Amino acid sequence: MIRMENVTKAFGDNQVLQGMSLEIPKGTSMVIIGGSGTGKSVALKCILGLIKPDSGMIYVNGKDATKGDRDKFLARFGMLFQGAALFDSLPVWQNVSFRLLRGPLKRPAEYAREIAIEKLRRVGLKSDVADRFPSELSGGMQKRVGLARAIAAEPEIIFFDEPTTGLDPIMSGVINDLIREIVTEMGATAMTITHDMSSVRAIADNVAMLHGGVIQWTGPVGQMDASGDPYVEQFISGSAEGPIEAVR
Amino acid sequence: MNPLAALGGLGRAVLTLFANFGKVAIFALDAISHIFRPPYYPREFAVALMNVGWLSLPVVGLTAIFTGGALALQIYAGGARFNAEAVVPQIVAIGMVRELGPVLVGLMIAARVTSSIAAEIATMKVTEQIDALVTLSTHPMKYLTAPRVLAALITVPILVGIGDIIGIAGGYVVATENLGFNAATYLLNTVNFLEVKDIVSSLVKGAAFGLIAAVMGCYYGMNSGRGAQGVGRATKSSVESAAIMILAANFILTGVFFSV
Repeated sequence: MIRMENVTKAFGDNQVLQGMSLEIPKGTSMVIIGGSGTGKSVALKCILGLIKPDSGMIYVNGKDATKGDRDKFLARFGMLFQGAALFDSLPVWQNVSFRLLRGPLKRPAEYAREIAIEKLRRVGLKSDVADRFPSELSGGMQKRVGLARAIAAEPEIIFFDEPTTGLDPIMSGVINDLIREIVTEMGATAMTITHDMSSVRAIADNVAMLHGGVIQWTGPVGQMDASGDPYVEQFISGSAEGPIEAVR
Repeated sequence: MNPLAALGGLGRAVLTLFANFGKVAIFALDAISHIFRPPYYPREFAVALMNVGWLSLPVVGLTAIFTGGALALQIYAGGARFNAEAVVPQIVAIGMVRELGPVLVGLMIAARVTSSIAAEIATMKVTEQIDALVTLSTHPMKYLTAPRVLAALITVPILVGIGDIIGIAGGYVVATENLGFNAATYLLNTVNFLEVKDIVSSLVKGAAFGLIAAVMGCYYGMNSGRGAQGVGRATKSSVESAAIMILAANFILTGVFFSV
């Protein structure tokens, strides 16, 4: 389980998180929605320790996320980045099995390659992709490789940062379905940040609306349309009228 | 302009300069400390050896041979003004080994290697590859910086040594083919004139310049701003800073080795 308590983070004068509190029960899929620049990515990076919060607490499975062995802590996470963030200098299979080729989870190269090909198949890519370089792949294929890398070491917790940004609707649907299937089949705890409402409906068990540095509403995805929250309603309808300023 | 405001501006600039110097020094110490602490990444080290050392050989060789040749022509022409043409082998040797070899190789490495390291790491930063490394339990200082710094520390002195030899060879070719020097006498004068201290100073300068080149590339890459402009600025700043620091370090090391 992940719990954030009154987390604040500012960049200069820009107070991005202003006391964000959120709870993600174990084995569930939480999707955080909110406009651009509302701090969704900052919240995610705070949990991972990529950004240090100014105040507040973050707990993962009841333990303070900022203390203890970082490598052990991060070994439990998988992450799909917005632009996939694949390493240009490595072929696809070495990207996917990066964790299995070095560090505490190191395995023989042949085994790591087999795992990479298996994970690539799981995300709908053929084995001939394994020896290509990321620059030789389309955006959708790169996202799938990023997804394969995120699940390669069977993490307990998976983060998805804007998984469908820049993809056409069909490819977005494919990625959404894959994320949902994988999260369910692995029993992982998932946290996704997105603007894409079709992703929300496909991926989420629970939804949280982030605006003004705090969670404005959170609840099961089934209750989202009838939430009664003006922020959520405006976000779903995509209207320029409402509490969220259209010009920010 | 208000003189106090001008003084204040100057003070701020000096403080910023010292603060930046401190940041680079801390970064350099951190980078060096990661060379000695596991985990080690032999593949990344081998790639860095190839990029910094082997692939820099052509540019180092061409720079050195033309410089050595030009140096021989200049010394011959200048020496002729006071009947000292015969000192060409000695001055080419001492000029290449003590100064031009290390400095020119250092500057070429700054142009070729520092820029490429800064651009590569800055691009990795803006495309979140550095964040991805962290989430994959891999320390960017160990994976990206330590192998490059170690590779530069090892290969740049070797490149300087090669540059010295090629530069002297350039002078030899010009002197024997164009200026009428006897080949055997030229070589004998070169070898007899050089001292161990000259060669040691050349290699020590090479190691120092290699360290500066790699550290500046990594530092600016890791601290790059966002977008294409951030990558461009990081690359430009890394080369400028490395070149200036190499020239400053050269002055200091020359003072250390040869001050009377």
